[in-house]
Amino acid sequence: MTDKTRRVVSVLVENESSVLSRVSGLFAGRGYNIETLTVAPLPNSNRSRITIVTKGSERILEQITKQLHKLIPVYKVVEHEEMVEKEMVLVKFPIEESLSDIEAICGAYNGGIVNVGVSMLIGMVADEPYRVKHFIEAVQRYNPIEIVRGGVVAIER
Amino acid sequence: MKMNGARMVCEALIAEGVKTVFGYPGGAIMNVYDEIYKQDGFEHILNRHEQASVHAADGYARATGEVGVAMVTSGPGFTNAVTGLATAYMDSIPMVVVSGQVPLSLIGTDGFQEIDAIGISRPCTKHNFLIRKLSDVPRVMKEAFHIARTGRPGPVLVDIPKDITAEIGDFEYPTEVNIPSYKPTVKGNKRQIEKAVDAILKSKKPLLYIGGGVVLSNASDLVRKLADMGGIPAVETLMARGVMGAKNPLLQGMLGMHGNYSSNMAMSETDLVISLGARFDDRVTGKLSEFAKYADVIHIDIDAANIGKLVDVDYPIVGDVSTVLEKMIDGLEGKINPEKYTNWREVLVRYDNLHPQSFTDSDSVIKPQWAIERIGELLGEEAIITSDVGQHQMWAAQHYPFDRPRQWINSGGLGTMGFGFPAALGAKRGCPEKTVINITGDGSILMNVQELVTASEYKIPVINVILNNNFLGMVRQWQTFFYEARYAETDLSYQPNFKALAEACGGIGYDVTTKEEFDSALKDAIEKNRVAFINVAVNRFENVLPMVPAGGALYNMMLDDQPKEK
Repeated sequence: MTDKTRRVVSVLVENESSVLSRVSGLFAGRGYNIETLTVAPLPNSNRSRITIVTKGSERILEQITKQLHKLIPVYKVVEHEEMVEKEMVLVKFPIEESLSDIEAICGAYNGGIVNVGVSMLIGMVADEPYRVKHFIEAVQRYNPIEIVRGGVVAIER
Repeated sequence: MKMNGARMVCEALIAEGVKTVFGYPGGAIMNVYDEIYKQDGFEHILNRHEQASVHAADGYARATGEVGVAMVTSGPGFTNAVTGLATAYMDSIPMVVVSGQVPLSLIGTDGFQEIDAIGISRPCTKHNFLIRKLSDVPRVMKEAFHIARTGRPGPVLVDIPKDITAEIGDFEYPTEVNIPSYKPTVKGNKRQIEKAVDAILKSKKPLLYIGGGVVLSNASDLVRKLADMGGIPAVETLMARGVMGAKNPLLQGMLGMHGNYSSNMAMSETDLVISLGARFDDRVTGKLSEFAKYADVIHIDIDAANIGKLVDVDYPIVGDVSTVLEKMIDGLEGKINPEKYTNWREVLVRYDNLHPQSFTDSDSVIKPQWAIERIGELLGEEAIITSDVGQHQMWAAQHYPFDRPRQWINSGGLGTMGFGFPAALGAKRGCPEKTVINITGDGSILMNVQELVTASEYKIPVINVILNNNFLGMVRQWQTFFYEARYAETDLSYQPNFKALAEACGGIGYDVTTKEEFDSALKDAIEKNRVAFINVAVNRFENVLPMVPAGGALYNMMLDDQPKEK
């Protein structure tokens, strides 16, 4: 029971100003863990989708779903085992690093070089969260200046 | 019809059938007060502190079953109301609180008396609204009342900026509510109910575990019917006192930390817990791993999140207790045989005879338990009893012969000292034909003592029985038991003259040290029909017993002790 399971929870909400604070406040107030959180409006509707990666025991994960359901602007809570997950990450490298190496690595993780300036270049990949982790490990030897992860987005299969 | 936003708020309250609003004016809510002045659809009671306004609305709601309404201004007006919101939230009380807010253009600028009411109240309301445009006022008010009273009830805050209450527009109050994301489950799954019925028929030692949800759902008659038709013993939580009626032999009493012996033993030995609108609070369960250890659990609750939150449930039923019980009773009709549980009932009778709920009375000093039982003898079913929080609250729950739901009003979940007196005002306003007694302590009563003035002004004759032990008694009791009698900041020997205090505010006061004086003070206060303080000097070191130490198993009760006096 104390074993912590990772879970992706998708929350379909009314797109109103305080809804994100209702959701994040619920997690904070009840001591639930948030690993990543992304939010964006759904096209052609006044709804938004919040995708949260969380961890907890089965009892906690069940509570998270039920407590989210209780929030008035929440339409639907999807907590599915079979989710296709992607996460985006941007990495800034010094211009001195090998452009072709970096391009090849980014390519291996569904990405490429998206910007090159006078003193830096920026690589981008979008992949499964565990692969993003591998990518970040792999580029460490190219002295990354800054790494920005986007948080997980997920969709049911 | 054209009107300003302030008038719209008033019209909405009238359309919702509100008769009494408790509140306190201030800058940001002044437009609404101006319209209150001009209307005669509801009365307004001016409490002397916003916290008291919200508790009064809460007491009104608990006594009547209607949605209580309070009104406060922005900033400190709102922050004073927070304790009241949290109190109502923890006990699922339907309430709408309207708060003023600085004008829209000033929001976020740290304006005078600006505070983020929505942010602060989010975790202690069922829902809250910040109105951003005039045309939303009717819909938001309609939704606020709907959300407050449906599903698992709770307080709803409507925060309304001052410029919106001044703006003029069209008003038409909606007749229907449409919140697609809010659809409480009322009915209960048919298949699950059938399974639960089978489980009851198979059980040998079933037990009804009755919570405050039964009161909220007005399901008491159904619960009594189920208990009687099956001969099923019952225990009540603090919030459910009165559901079964004190005279019902199936009622074991209150369970939990200060539950009586047969109730806690019943829970420890039952093979089937039938949980009705209860939420397995830590003050009820004690050590979870030992709680109802030999039982399967049927859990009926309108809030799915309560099911499986703390205890594994074998038969979860999400739904309104009344609706589910009707079907359950239909399913059991003609099949359940009360004689099957004769042995089980006899076991519990033996437990009760072994350690009945009792106390040792005294001739030299008034025992607090005696005072409560005496009020019960004199007033019984006729009175509404409110309480504050502490020893007096537990003694009242243990010793008063509650005979009907909504007769007992207290802050169970949050445990708010200062709740009792203003809640009594609300209860009395809602049920003027009842005698309303606030059983309180010398600590709690001072936390909303300014309400003496409100009660006098509006002639709301509630009687405060102050069980005065010159201590913050419950904390003192824990210090006696668990802190080697180090009485850190619990000695309240320095006190006001309660009699004079009541009289200074237009009430009537009594100092009582003997049983005869107690009787005559109570009778006199009822006769005089004025707000009263009956200051009763009670035994200083009396403890609330039985007691299950926090985190202990329910069957390990401290049953009696000789108070350790320092």
